[in-house]
Amino acid sequence: MSLKRILTPLPAASAPLRRQAAAMSTAVTKMNLFTAVNDAMRIAMKTDDTAVVFGEDVAFGGVFRCSVGLREEFGNDRVFNTPLCEQGIAGFAIGYASMGKTAIAEIQFADYIFPAFDQIVNEAAKYRYRSGNEFDVGGLTFRTPCGAVGHGGHYHSQSPEAYFTMTPGLKVVMPRSPAEAKGLLLASIRDPNPVVFLEPKALYRTSVEEVPDGDYEIALGKADVMRTGADVTVVGWGGQLRVLEAACDMAEQERGISCELIDLRTLMPWDVETVEKSVNKTGRLIVSHEAPVTGGFAAEIATKITERCFLSLEAPIERVCGYDTPFPLIYEKYYVPDKLKCFEAIVKAAEY
Amino acid sequence: MPIHVGSSEHHFHTISSPLSTQIPQAVGAAYALKQEGRDNVAMCFFGEGAASEGDFHAALNFAGTLEVPIVFFCRNNGYAISTPTHEQYRGDGIASRAVGYGMHAIRVDGNDMAAVYAATKAARELAISNSCPVLIEAMTYRVGHHSTSDDSSRYRSIDEIKKWKEDVDPISRFRNYLEKEGLWSQDEDTQLRSDERLEVLKALEAAETAGKPSLEEMFTDVFDEKPAHLVEQEEAMLAHIAKYPDKY
Repeated sequence: MSLKRILTPLPAASAPLRRQAAAMSTAVTKMNLFTAVNDAMRIAMKTDDTAVVFGEDVAFGGVFRCSVGLREEFGNDRVFNTPLCEQGIAGFAIGYASMGKTAIAEIQFADYIFPAFDQIVNEAAKYRYRSGNEFDVGGLTFRTPCGAVGHGGHYHSQSPEAYFTMTPGLKVVMPRSPAEAKGLLLASIRDPNPVVFLEPKALYRTSVEEVPDGDYEIALGKADVMRTGADVTVVGWGGQLRVLEAACDMAEQERGISCELIDLRTLMPWDVETVEKSVNKTGRLIVSHEAPVTGGFAAEIATKITERCFLSLEAPIERVCGYDTPFPLIYEKYYVPDKLKCFEAIVKAAEY
Repeated sequence: MPIHVGSSEHHFHTISSPLSTQIPQAVGAAYALKQEGRDNVAMCFFGEGAASEGDFHAALNFAGTLEVPIVFFCRNNGYAISTPTHEQYRGDGIASRAVGYGMHAIRVDGNDMAAVYAATKAARELAISNSCPVLIEAMTYRVGHHSTSDDSSRYRSIDEIKKWKEDVDPISRFRNYLEKEGLWSQDEDTQLRSDERLEVLKALEAAETAGKPSLEEMFTDVFDEKPAHLVEQEEAMLAHIAKYPDKY
């Protein structure tokens, strides 16, 4: 089975993946996010005999059904449950990968990744550097559901990406849709560096699209310009892009503001060039994420773009993010950076 | 710190400073060996202090449930820096924990070379043939200070150290045994010590004259390849150093 690498960015408006697939005469199947993740793992395991999938409850199919059918297809020794222990999952994964193998480790909720934080930050991220390249854990990928889901509260809603972007040696990826997830996950699994792959859990069932069949990858470190525009650059990742799309539509319809919408896809390393090019054109930037605003990843983007585009900027960079509180339960709808807040920010920047 | 050496050629993994993180990693490595059907074990070394960390417990539980060929080797030397074992645990040492995690364990005199060899050989064979974990707890005593920053007379008596050093020094014991068996002599001992000392001095000199690694290596091996932001940072650093060549 040949590998198809779909490299981005494409010139000007990049076509949605399904149109690319159609142009390449590739068959597609309509599926949701968890099915796309499942498909990616299946392909990874078919093409790499060393690839194993493990974590809590993955054997029966996983609490979000991402590993359904894998055990039946690949066997008990390649798809297995671990004891309930994230630090163990992470340490075990690192050790397995250090032997040159492919470890696909699931952390059941991103909110529970913190017991594994020492292993991920002090061990996985530094494994190659500290050994002078004698060893590495390039075959290691952590997968974990993240983000708001409507009723998750403090401990089933977090978006911890910013803790990992500040850790040299890790790559951090978050897909926005099924087709994106499949290609990005395959790229992450095969990338010769440890990757933290965050899956927006709200999208598992509700995000559905035509996903190319077969084996393909979406390059890490390359952003996707989802729509081109002239007035304001809007940047997000993961589940937030659905909100931003709606906000951009609203800005267009109600105020005639033309937005250029960019999905970063990879947060570390992030595609500075694509965002820089866009902001040099528009002069205005909105960055939006669910995670708390202070120290969240928008701060990094805002600062870097200020450095790169200072003379092009026509307005202060706007961040539309979660507030600096633990992710609330009853107050969720007030807390999240919703369509209206994003719309307000776009208008503010456009009219500055 | 000398604990950070590693060699892929020798299958000797480089470890970090946070203690016990290598223990669950060794379980993962053992799983890889099992997958390959190799006639090998993973051997993982740690002290009785590190065995208090959560990673130790995580590792033993994983090793048992996932049935991996691993030998956990605990050096119980009585102290974790200044903390004596009475302040480290109240159970029956580290060996007793193995039972709780469903695995074989053996407690051995860590100052008896032959006993440690025998125990390790047996543990290795058991681990490979049954694809199971085995824990060895080697009882010993830390004669030296914890590190060059430590003065252990501040928390233990000189008499205590003296007693252990004189009564059960493992190297003396083994040498006495070899000499009694006619396998070793005082002359050979003197010669060996002199030869080894020379080797160490040679290695020291080679290391000292080798100099420091090139600045360019600071940004390599963070990832397999340098991403754009590291190339940018490296250029900025080198430009800065070039501007102030005498200050660095």
